[in-house]
This record gives sequence, structure tokens and C-alpha cells, in this order.
Amino acid sequence: MARVTGVTVAAIARTLRLESQLELALWSHSGRVPFQIWEGIVSAFIPPPLPSDDKRWKIVNGAMRKNGFARHALIETLHAVQSSFGYLDDNAIRFVALSLRVPLSQAYGVATFYHYFSLKPPGKHTLTVCAGTACYIKGADKLIAAAEERLGIVPGHTTADGQVSLMTARCVGACSRAPVMLADGEVTGERTSEQLIEQLERWAVE
Amino acid sequence: MTIEELEQIAESVRRENANFDYEVSVCMDLACASQGSDKLRDALLRSAEASGKKVLVRRTGCMGPCSHGPLVRVDPDKTLYGHVSPGRAQGIVDSLGGEPVAELQCELNEHFDSQMRVVLENAGYIDPEKIDDYIAREGYKALVTVLMEMTPGGVIHRITESGLRGRGGGGYPTGLKWGTVAKAAGDVKYVVCNGDEGDPGAFMDRSVMEGDPHRVIEGMALAAYAVGASKGYIYVRAEYPIAVSRLTMALREARRRGLLGINICNTPFSFDIEIRLGAGAFVCGEETALIASIEGKRGTPRPRPPYPAVSGLWGKPTLINNVETYANIPPIIRNGGKWFSSMGSERSKGTKVFALTGKIANTGLVEVPMGIKLRQIIEVIGGGVPPGHTLKAVQTGGPSGGCIPAEMLDIGVSYDALMAAGSIMGSGGMIVMDDTSCMVNVARFFIEFCMTESCGKCIPCRAGTAQMYTLLTRICTGKGTMDDLALIEDLCVTVKETSLCGLGQTAPNPVLSTLKYFRSEYLEHIANKRCPAGVCHMHAGAEADVFAPAVSQEVVA
Repeated sequence: MARVTGVTVAAIARTLRLESQLELALWSHSGRVPFQIWEGIVSAFIPPPLPSDDKRWKIVNGAMRKNGFARHALIETLHAVQSSFGYLDDNAIRFVALSLRVPLSQAYGVATFYHYFSLKPPGKHTLTVCAGTACYIKGADKLIAAAEERLGIVPGHTTADGQVSLMTARCVGACSRAPVMLADGEVTGERTSEQLIEQLERWAVE
Repeated sequence: MTIEELEQIAESVRRENANFDYEVSVCMDLACASQGSDKLRDALLRSAEASGKKVLVRRTGCMGPCSHGPLVRVDPDKTLYGHVSPGRAQGIVDSLGGEPVAELQCELNEHFDSQMRVVLENAGYIDPEKIDDYIAREGYKALVTVLMEMTPGGVIHRITESGLRGRGGGGYPTGLKWGTVAKAAGDVKYVVCNGDEGDPGAFMDRSVMEGDPHRVIEGMALAAYAVGASKGYIYVRAEYPIAVSRLTMALREARRRGLLGINICNTPFSFDIEIRLGAGAFVCGEETALIASIEGKRGTPRPRPPYPAVSGLWGKPTLINNVETYANIPPIIRNGGKWFSSMGSERSKGTKVFALTGKIANTGLVEVPMGIKLRQIIEVIGGGVPPGHTLKAVQTGGPSGGCIPAEMLDIGVSYDALMAAGSIMGSGGMIVMDDTSCMVNVARFFIEFCMTESCGKCIPCRAGTAQMYTLLTRICTGKGTMDDLALIEDLCVTVKETSLCGLGQTAPNPVLSTLKYFRSEYLEHIANKRCPAGVCHMHAGAEADVFAPAVSQEVVA
């Protein structure tokens, strides 16, 4: 089987006069690229080694491989990192950027642009209070104030002992049950400050 | 797949269902699930099995009146039970064949009678994880029929004839948009579904994606056939994990049935869909920002033209529609454009789904014909504000919309009427506010939202919203002056007219509409340092409000 080595996907896309790598992917999908050439394209790019033996890197790598290490898979890959590690640290962003051949600035830019990505490790537990409009109308500010007072931190931070992170969300879509709170991701509606404190106390005695 | 094969599947589902004497449907949408409807379903399954009766327990999407959840519907009697705890499962199963459980029954006839269900016709009736359930309710019939019998031009003609307008909020005629993409030059075209429901207080798209995912897929496939695309993307918020998993499952099922993939129904038409996750950026609801996000970049908008219909994803002609728009397509194809245009008002055809929330008795998902009086939605369908309080305003369109005062409840809900009232249709969030809400604080809440969500690309939006937020905070803390008010009004015009994209252009709307209808509240805050609703902390030097997170300080600086 003929193998094209030392050639980047972009170069092949250019040779075939295709504007983007995706077009190349679609083109090959349509059966117009001989399988051997496609095989060569895939084997031409060698991604960097995994940062460590941690199995979670394999999940991240898998997400990138699924998308053919295409640059446009940056956000998908960062999602995979965050769901595996809980947050994005510098090492992870650097690894993803190198693997996808994306400038570090772009990878960091994307990681910081989207609110969903966190650059700080989360606490053992995460309490999220929804701050969407319906929750605001139904008094989510009181819930946030109660949590702030109890934990001594403002939203977006983690307690010094690393136990609880307090977050606010921009609507989780359970508006009909406002105000809504998420305890480690589990949605509960029509909450009161007392119920919120109870939850925090349950975590404290664990 | 042929029409006959679809009929066979539908028939087998019907035969299977006919084995059961009763169907017990449990709403498993987020609102009911957050009250333990999964445990309830397990309990119902156990009780049904133990009873020896022939009972089908089914998981469904949103039934509508979430405030009465967890909801259970028993067919064929059409009895709706509300606030059902797992402990009540035995009682419900025992009552089958006898008298219904009176104390759990929901009397919501008025709530349902004024509604008209097109987009939500299946929600609450099918198991969203079973493609056969969807097929049994005429699912994919439109797609197969179109592939066998209609030309792409014919499909576009039918959509144009229906008068359907974009349900994402802008209200651009869908047929016209499809026609532009179809006419655009190029072999490679894309179809994109905007499921980035960033508007806080709205969850229609989530419910459709979770409760009836195949409807969206079928709508997209029809659109792809009409415009000549072979690849589609569904852009969903990462905050909706259930919607993502349901869609993933639905795509797999559709591929398995040969309704997606290469040479669908043995025709030359090939189409497949990929899911892309959003990452919590409101601005990605704007089409050019959404495209940038799918391409793996920061979600910043770019000037239009060129419109995505000509140059969109990877520079190719791209059709972008909202979830609800796609959900409207299959019934239009099945029943004809004239059927659709017979519903609704003069220039707004069909129905609209609203997420009714806030200070109202029946919160939840409602679908009403366009042109219906706002009063009817609030007082009849919504059951009015809770006793002891009076209605103050209805907010539509989220951070891009405005507040409609109680005196104007008799306007009809349509794109044009809402626009004339200083608000917009928006994607369908409808938040009811009573006398405990301070309208200045509401305006400040929305501006704070737009300020943190501004992508920062253009100055009017980035700096303008931050300045407006500072000025509104001054008013809300009793430090505002009449000069501040004048400056706010000035800024509103500047930001509205000079911002790059829809986010900035509409950001001042909540301020403008509250200034128009509730100016006295602003004046009361400034002149008498008093908040009529008692929401704002008026003592001078008051600490920063909890809704002003640390990030806002940085933005202001």
C-alpha cells in the first residue's frame, strides 16, 4: 500500500486544490480520493506523545482522533479535557494545541473566551446557583447571598480547604422550577436559602 | 426505507401498544426529573408488574405544565395527574379500570384548550429514545415522501407558501432563506441547527431536542435536500447534557434505519449530521459567531454581508435555522403550506412555543397560535399571578427584548405587534413579573448579562454596556442623578445603532422599554432615593450586588 510520508494534510489539501482540510475529508468520504492516498494522509501526521500515563489522556486523544486531529475540533477536545480532568490547566492546553497544530494563543484564547471552560481546579463539591432571568425574578440573589455568607467566598471561587466551589450558571433550562440550584450537577428546583444551607451542611459533615 | 416500510414500523408499534390496556406516561423532562420522576417511573413499573394488569409505562418529554410536576398521564382515559410522588404509584396503578385518584388529578382544561400543538404534538406522547415511537406518529413520512416525489424547488415553494418565519427571534422568512442558499453557487453546502439557547429564562429548544429529537433531524434533512447540502451540524449548549445524549442516540437510530447517511431511501441524496457543543457563550446564538464556534474559534461575530447563506461555514453557503424552525418543517411538508398559513395572524403564521415562567401559577411550556392575546396566555393558560400580587410586566425576548406593561396585555402576540410595543418575539422566553420586581433592577440585570456576554470585538457593545451597567448601578444604589439618566438614554441610542451584531444592537432594549413604560420608577430611584418594589438597597455606599460578579469589575476597569 502506497504511503505518503512527511506530507501534511494541509499540503495535500493544497495539492488537490481544496481550500480546507474538511473539504478534503468530505472529498475522500465521497469516494473520489483513492483509499491509499487517504491512508497516507492519515499516517503522515504524528501527534505528540501523551503527557503522562494517566488514562484520561487517552480519552482526550480519542476525542482528537475521532475528529481526524482537525483544527476545528479544538472546542470538542477542550470539552473532553474538562470532562476528564475537571478543568483545563496549562499543560493540557499546550498538549491539545500541539496535537491539533493550533497556535497556543488561539487555544488559550478559546479556553478563556468560553465561560464553560474553567482554568482552575474545582473543589470536591460544586454548588451552582442558576442566575437566569426566571431564577433572578424568583429570588436567586438571596440564595447566592446565603451561600456567600456561609462559605465566605464569592461566586467563581473555591473555599480555602478545597471542599466547595460556588458557581453561578446562565440558565440551565429548568426555569419553570425557579429558583434552581445544582448540587454537584444534580438539578433541584424551588429552593430556599435554608435548603441551600442544609445541602452545604450535608457536605460539611461528610 | 420506503413509505410502506414506515407504515409497517408504525403498524408494529400500534400492534405492540394494543397488547396493553392502559398507557401510563411519565414526564421525564428536566423540571419533572428534578423532582424525582425517574424514581416515580421505577415505582410505576414495579407496581404495574405486580398488579398483573396490562400496563405500558412510558417515559416521555415535556407535557407542559411543569409547575404541577412530576406529571403522569393515563391513557386511554386522558387523566392527568400532578405532584405525583413515587409513593403514589401503587394508588395510580390500582385505580386503572376504576375511578381515577381524585386528589392527584390536575384540572387544567383551560390551560390546554387555548393551546394549539404543532411543534409539541409528540412531546408527552412518545418515548424520545425510540425512533419507532416517532415513526408511529407519522415521523419521517415527510422526508421519505419528499425524496420520492418532490423536487427541492417544490419543498422550498411549500415552505414559502406556509409563511413560516424564523423562530430564533429575528423572524426572517424561512422560505426566502432556503431559496437564497439553494441558489448560492457551490457544490458543498451546510445546514446548521442553532440549538444554542442562550436566552436565560427560555427552554423551548431544550424541551424539543430532549422530547422529540427526531423531529429536528427530519426537519434538517428536509432542509438539506431543499438547499442541496450533504452535511449538517447541530450546535447545542453544553449546559444541556440530556439534549446532547438524546440527539446522539437519535442520530444513531436514524442512521441505523437508513434515514441518514449515504443514498437515503436509495436516492442520490446523502446527508449526515454531527453534533457540536457550545461552551457557554450567549453571543454564539448570533449566526456568524456560531459559525466561528463550529470552526473551533472564539465565537466572535463578523460583519454581514456576506450572509452565511452565501459564505458561511468554511466559506461555503450555509443555512442556519433555529431548533423550533426545523421542528415546524415536517408537519408543513405533511399537511401543506396552506394548512400552516391558516393558523396564526396576518403576517405571523403558525404557532409559537413559549416558556412561561416567573410569577405565574402555571409555569411551563405552552404552544399557542400566533396572534393570540397576551392576556389570554397570562390569565387563562398561565392561570394569572399568584393571589395577593398584581401583574406588573411581561418580559419577552430575553436580554434582547423588552418589558410589556400590564396595561398592554391586549396586544396580539406576533412579530410585528411585539416589535411595535418595544419588545421582540425572541426565541420564546416569557417571564411574568409582579409588583415585587423592580423594573430598574430588571434593566440592570439584563445589561449586566449583555456586558458579561459581550464578546468584546466592537467598542459600542463592549464599552457601552459596561458604562450603562455602571450608570444603572448608581441609580439602583441611590446615587443616580438626572444627568446619569440622560446619559443612559444617549448611550442606548449609540449602542443600538453602532454595534456590530444583534447582541449589541438589541442590548439596550430592556432599558429602553422600561424607560418607556416605567419611567416613574427610575425617577423615584433618583429623586426620592426609594425603590418602590423594595428590591434595591438604597443606602449610599452599598456593597456590590451579588449579580455583579467579580468579572464585571474588571470589565468596567
